[in-house]
Amino acid sequence: MSGVARRTVDVAVVGSGPSGLVAARRLAAAGADVVVLEREAAPGGVPRHSAHTGYGLRDRHRLMTGPAYAARLAEEADAAGATLRTEATVTGWAGPRALAVTSPAGLEELDAGAVVLATGARERPRPARLVAGDRPMGVVTTGLLQQLVHLHDRLSASRAVVVGAELVSWSAVLTLREAGCATVLMTSEHDVAEAPAPLRWLGPRALGVPLATRTRVARILGRGRVEGVEVVDTRSGARSQVACDLVVFTGSWRAEGELARTAGLQVDPASGAPVVDTELRTSAPGVFAAGNLVHPVDTADVAALGGAHVADAVRRWLEAPALPPRGVALAAEAPLAWVAPTVLRPGDRPPPRRRLLAWSTEARALAAVRLTQDGREIARRRLPWAVSPGRVLRLPAGLLDAVDLAGGPVRLTLD
Amino acid sequence: MAEGAAPGAATATSPAAGGVPTYDVAVVGAGVVGCAVARELAGFDLSVALLEARDDVGDVTSKANTAIWHTGFDASPGTLEARLVARGWQLLGDYAEATGIPLERTGALLVAWDDEQRDALPGLERKARENGYERCEIVDAERVYALEPALGPGARGGLVVPDEGIVCPWTTTLALALDAQARGTAVRLGHHVDGVEVGATHTRLVTSAGPVDARWVVGAAGLGADHLDRAFGHERFTVTPRRGQLLVFDKLARRLVDRVVLPVPTAKGKGVLVSPTVYGNVMVGPTAEDLADRRATGTTEEGLAGLLARSEGLVPALADEELTATYAGLRAATEHRDYVVEVDAAQRYLCLGGIRSTGLTSSMALGEHVAALLADAGVELTPRTDLPPPPAMPPIGEAQRRPYADAERIAADPDYGRVVCFCERVTRGEVRDALASPLPPSDLGGVRRRTRATMGRCQAFFCGAEVAAMLVEGARGGAR
Ligand SMILES: Cc1cc2nc3c(=O)[nH]c(=O)nc-3n(C[C@H](O)[C@H](O)[C@H](O)COP(=O)(O)OP(=O)(O)OC[C@H]3O[C@@H](n4cnc5c(N)ncnc54)[C@H](O)[C@@H]3O)c2cc1C
Ligand SMILES: Cc1cc2nc3c(=O)[nH]c(=O)nc-3n(C[C@H](O)[C@H](O)[C@H](O)COP(=O)(O)OP(=O)(O)OC[C@H]3O[C@@H](n4cnc5c(N)ncnc54)[C@H](O)[C@@H]3O)c2cc1C
Repeated sequence: MSGVARRTVDVAVVGSGPSGLVAARRLAAAGADVVVLEREAAPGGVPRHSAHTGYGLRDRHRLMTGPAYAARLAEEADAAGATLRTEATVTGWAGPRALAVTSPAGLEELDAGAVVLATGARERPRPARLVAGDRPMGVVTTGLLQQLVHLHDRLSASRAVVVGAELVSWSAVLTLREAGCATVLMTSEHDVAEAPAPLRWLGPRALGVPLATRTRVARILGRGRVEGVEVVDTRSGARSQVACDLVVFTGSWRAEGELARTAGLQVDPASGAPVVDTELRTSAPGVFAAGNLVHPVDTADVAALGGAHVADAVRRWLEAPALPPRGVALAAEAPLAWVAPTVLRPGDRPPPRRRLLAWSTEARALAAVRLTQDGREIARRRLPWAVSPGRVLRLPAGLLDAVDLAGGPVRLTLD
Repeated sequence: MAEGAAPGAATATSPAAGGVPTYDVAVVGAGVVGCAVARELAGFDLSVALLEARDDVGDVTSKANTAIWHTGFDASPGTLEARLVARGWQLLGDYAEATGIPLERTGALLVAWDDEQRDALPGLERKARENGYERCEIVDAERVYALEPALGPGARGGLVVPDEGIVCPWTTTLALALDAQARGTAVRLGHHVDGVEVGATHTRLVTSAGPVDARWVVGAAGLGADHLDRAFGHERFTVTPRRGQLLVFDKLARRLVDRVVLPVPTAKGKGVLVSPTVYGNVMVGPTAEDLADRRATGTTEEGLAGLLARSEGLVPALADEELTATYAGLRAATEHRDYVVEVDAAQRYLCLGGIRSTGLTSSMALGEHVAALLADAGVELTPRTDLPPPPAMPPIGEAQRRPYADAERIAADPDYGRVVCFCERVTRGEVRDALASPLPPSDLGGVRRRTRATMGRCQAFFCGAEVAAMLVEGARGGAR
């Protein structure tokens, strides 16, 4: 095609959220030629839109606001010598490790020695949840809500219904409060709210938010503008209507995995995430993935530490681009929806932070995880905390010690 | 008063007193049909007004349909509908080429899922021939799966209809409206026609934005066609809205479906189809539910659940794909099985009613038909020789070269390289152009229909705020 610039680079990182920025910083510091491609006008990813504090605990050992955290990570990547390109959208693939990029400078094919996908995750919007009704204005996700409030200072609503009771849902409640909008109801389809216990107990009381568990939002009411929602009690089937002028669909995360799909990478249908091994290699040689793209979703510090982890794997690939040895597949079984990483290979490091990340669809006050391989239980461990849906479950990687890396697939479930 | 009039267009006469604008023809309703009629009539030496209740054109049924470009192979032979769909297929196909309306000649495959349906195929082929369509071909199950490998099990055979296709309903309506406007039609949005006063030479249309006088009135009011007809004193038909709900699957599902996959039609209607869309998605629907409420454009839990189950039967791999959108549209069905097209020469009124499930395809043929009927009724139609070229519509179809992928456009204007809606890859330049067009959007829905912005899988998670800000700035800019 004419008019397409062609460039080569050691590493192309797609996405400048915490995971992408930290990976880029570390690789650039080690001397690699690194380009970060970010489709937004400024680097930083989701924390850029998230004005509240709560960032940086595990990676920087202090708490910062989202924008401050994003700015710091971007400065550090830049200082280490990574090239941060904004308004640069990766639209597809021009080769196994070549990216098609659109930016105001034109079209470009960036051929990289290694590609790190760090494209994050997004919340499932209303259509994906099959909520009936007309299509009035005033139906948003937390992501849109926070951009409207923080980046554009534009929200005209006074009564919101927040669908979901995950961590991010409380973040939505705080944002609404800041914008002068009351949360008149928070709904959860589960028996207990998904957020951790302190929030679960303090949240409703401190913030004055009524919480309806075992409740499904079935229909949006209103035509031009939202007038309310119809909710169903999932035990009794009873229906009622709640008046509101804003509905916020929160959580129910899905990997932003379009590039993973169009590359033909193996993808976990439950999360939309590319399948990775503990070094964060995807199923395509030289293509890696990190952050919320592989675990939709965990906190930013966990994403950042995943970025650091993948950088070392990328460095080794650049030094010696060899195919990894055969591995053993790890699969989640109900009530677990997914687990990451899912490929265990001899000689690989343990996963980032020595943790397996998983997602449960059910709440369990007391739970144990169980691993089986070739029909035998190989590990079982009582969890010291309750399991809750809508929140990532972090499991010690020591569980994997008993896996026979020459054996059959391993299954992970909850007892 | 005749702002927007092209040089050479007949302009409205303003009677001295009162200043009520007066036109040769007023078309009531700016759906795809009204826009096509106005465009056609503005091709003659006539002054034309297009009166629309809403704040945008194509904001009712014309925006919420299945978007199939029908050949008319399955129409009832001998009806006006059959004739106009076949003619409209030709006209719209040519017009799409001239204007850049997204249209893909995908072809269709009608699939028989049991023996009874398979036995119905020869009858359908015969019917197509009666409709003047000769290119249907009956195929066996093996061929069905060769054509559409992702179809679920159980197909017994099929009928290939190579000339069916898919089209962008939003761009179609807009192109016709912009063309009408460029030809001098006064496009009057926010004008709900509440009543008519038929005079000796003119009819006064009482609208929500003041009176408008016209010698002739053409009703193209869709779901409100019977109300307008009654205002002229007729009792000819009643509109019974027939709702059609639809599911739109993620673009990543597009590889699963190559052409329009139709069911064997039953007495109840055309049935649920699976089709690619020109935006690169896969669509499943529509349902057919007779209702009383003409504004019931909401989806229902049963409707969505039923369609989801149907999708997974038709194309099992859809179960792993995400839903991007759900919506519903209302067909303006009546008690008649054909279109209701009637001329009332005494009152200089022409009624277009019951254009229920094929109007997108037949719209331009309806335009031609209206012109012929008006000529028969004695309206002098002198073709203009100074018509402007048809509008060049933005390439929002996946099969077209989109601005984000067009190196030359980006080089000429970097705003075409600034992607604002990531899922749909809509650029700042395209949103800006839509806001600056002679028929700008009035709200976010209008931006979406002109550019696709926010209609992707994230449903504005990433870009909604940015696009909303551009809309507000654009509106302010426009007011200045
Ligand atoms: C409302 C909300 C509140 C939160 N609160 C907290 C909190 O208090 N504390 C905390 O630790 N975490 C919080 N999180 C989670 C945290 O924001 C994420 O864990 C973190 O941002 C994940 O980082 P990431 O690098 O995986 O991806 P992201 O931050 O999601 O970044 C991905 C980036 O990739 C870019 N991208 C995607 N596709 C392309 C493409 N094709 N081309 C170019 N660029 C592309 C995107 O534009 C984006 O900038 C919150 C999240 C949300 C939504
Ligand atoms: C589910 C579904 C699927 C369909 N699939 C297809 C398909 O695949 N292919 C195809 O060709 N066709 C299809 N159709 C049919 C097609 O959409 C319609 O035939 C076509 O849109 C009708 O256009 P219209 O202009 O008559 O009506 P509309 O688009 O409804 O326009 C009528 C306009 O008149 C205005 N109006 C009404 N009353 C007044 C008044 N008193 N004063 C001022 N303005 C007024 C309204 O506001 C409206 O804008 C489908 C329809 C549905 C519902």
